[in-house]
Amino acid sequence: MEMLDLAFMQRALLAAVLVGITAPAVGIYLVQRRQALMGDGIGHVAMTGVGLGFLLNSSPVWMATIVAVVGSVAMELIRAYGKTRGDLALALLFYGGMAGGVLLINLSPTGSNANLSSYLFGSLSTVSSEDITAIAILAAFVVLVTVGLRRQLFAVSQDEEFARVTGLPVRALNLLIAVTAAVTVTVAMRVVGLLLVSALMVVPVAAAQQLSKSFRTTFVLAVATGITVTLAGTATSYYQDVPPGATIVLYAIGVFVLLTLLATPLAKRRARATEAEADAGTDGCGAPLPATRRPTDDVKV
Amino acid sequence: MAALDQDPVISVRGATATLGARPVLRGVDLTVHRGEVVALLGANGSGKSTAVRSVIGQVPLTGGRIELFGTEQKRFRDWARVGYVPQRTTAASGVPATIREVVSSGRLSRRRFGWLTKADKAAVEAAIDLVGLTDRAKDSVSALSGGQHQRVLIARALASEPELLIMDEPMAGVDLASQEILAATLREQVAGGTSVLLVLHELGPLEPLIDRAVVLREGCVVHDGPPPEAVGQHALPGHDHVHPHAAGEPLRTGLLT
Ligand SMILES: Nc1ncnc2c1ncn2[C@@H]1O[C@H](COP(=O)(O)OP(=O)(O)O)[C@@H](O)[C@H]1O
Ligand SMILES: [Mg+2]
Repeated sequence: MEMLDLAFMQRALLAAVLVGITAPAVGIYLVQRRQALMGDGIGHVAMTGVGLGFLLNSSPVWMATIVAVVGSVAMELIRAYGKTRGDLALALLFYGGMAGGVLLINLSPTGSNANLSSYLFGSLSTVSSEDITAIAILAAFVVLVTVGLRRQLFAVSQDEEFARVTGLPVRALNLLIAVTAAVTVTVAMRVVGLLLVSALMVVPVAAAQQLSKSFRTTFVLAVATGITVTLAGTATSYYQDVPPGATIVLYAIGVFVLLTLLATPLAKRRARATEAEADAGTDGCGAPLPATRRPTDDVKV
Repeated sequence: MAALDQDPVISVRGATATLGARPVLRGVDLTVHRGEVVALLGANGSGKSTAVRSVIGQVPLTGGRIELFGTEQKRFRDWARVGYVPQRTTAASGVPATIREVVSSGRLSRRRFGWLTKADKAAVEAAIDLVGLTDRAKDSVSALSGGQHQRVLIARALASEPELLIMDEPMAGVDLASQEILAATLREQVAGGTSVLLVLHELGPLEPLIDRAVVLREGCVVHDGPPPEAVGQHALPGHDHVHPHAAGEPLRTGLLT
């Protein structure tokens, strides 16, 4: 374990764990709302922030955070209030963000395409100690929101209209999800890279769903998957000299495939157990139907 | 339940609403008194859902006024007193959730933030028990039949122990067994003093419970009074129901007796 002696690897692994926790923790709500690709959009917009950071000679992580938050709030407003063709407005935002990033970084004296590519695809050696401070603060915020407000965020993401009727501040919670997703993108940016952030938000959740029946189990399994693949990917990246982002995402997809293969025999076992239970009880298929009024709703289904 | 107070729990006066460019409500008057069970009937597209959704503040009115428990709807904050059961859609959420998890969100109107207490958890279990799903509480809602799913939505509304239940087509696509359970659940709630406004396509097994029926046609109230008895669904304007059992075909009950 010589890699643990290297300061830059300690930072990279710490960042990896934080990313492994936060990305699926936010991603689960995005997947629940069927906005799985929102992380991708935020990633594109964040590029403008990275470019601005270089141009203004300030921290790209904080600049990316600010721009990503503004972009995600815009996306949420378009989703909530947008009339028809909200998708076109979103497309403009995404591509404008990406083009802006490329342009700004080329205008800046210190930035280069090589620099940009470390933000696009992630990089181990470039995670600085200031980056770690920023990432830790942002990750704490994300965990606080996604765990502390899980009942509220679950309800809003499950059935927005019902949530409004319970008196929850739905508009504020929607914005909070958007902002938290934006923050997560910038947390993950240094390790996974902007282009693959969304994958780490979505794939562990998709993998966890293969086995779980509840939201809670899905959450825990997704975060466990996230931590496992980010650590494994970071270590592999160190030993094999491959880009960490791509490695992490491929590991996540590997876990997804593995859990999917596991799910089928498991579901069969569960079905058999349920059947056995039913046979032991009274309501097998032999029991007579209650002789009541005729079904009036047959045809509507 | 016949002893009606004079203070209405729902009072809609001259409500008009437009969706897109289309007038959907064109001057609806609708009152539900305390303890009363009112059915809102009408053909598809007559504006039943829109009327109900305007009552809970999800459709803005272009005219008229709505009061809930004597408070103007815009200023009404006491949402724990209202249990809402939306019209069921087949759109599933993207992540699995158990029956207990879904029903628990109904408790948010009582405890908006902070931890659920023992009493909250007991109320959730009681609501699940009321709709007869206790043995399935840990199952994913996506594994349920249409009727069972509808029971989950009703349990979610009951979890806040509401004084007023607003239900949009609770019997649509519900199997016979679930219909019986729903009718029994509702009977129990009404006996306990709950007021109910429910949208129905036809009266069906809930008929004995209903005190009054309001019939909508193209956004206007065309009947407000005793339920259109005996004539049932066939009396409704614009009735376009494909009859499941054509003349001469034996009923299911006929086969069993
Ligand atoms: N979001 C919407 N935009 C435009 N028109 C709508 C919308 N929702 C419903 N409508 C129209 O409003 C009318 C009433 O709808 P609704 O209240 O759902 O009827 P019901 O519940 O009685 O079947 C229908 O003609 C429907 O097409
Ligand atoms: Mg309707």
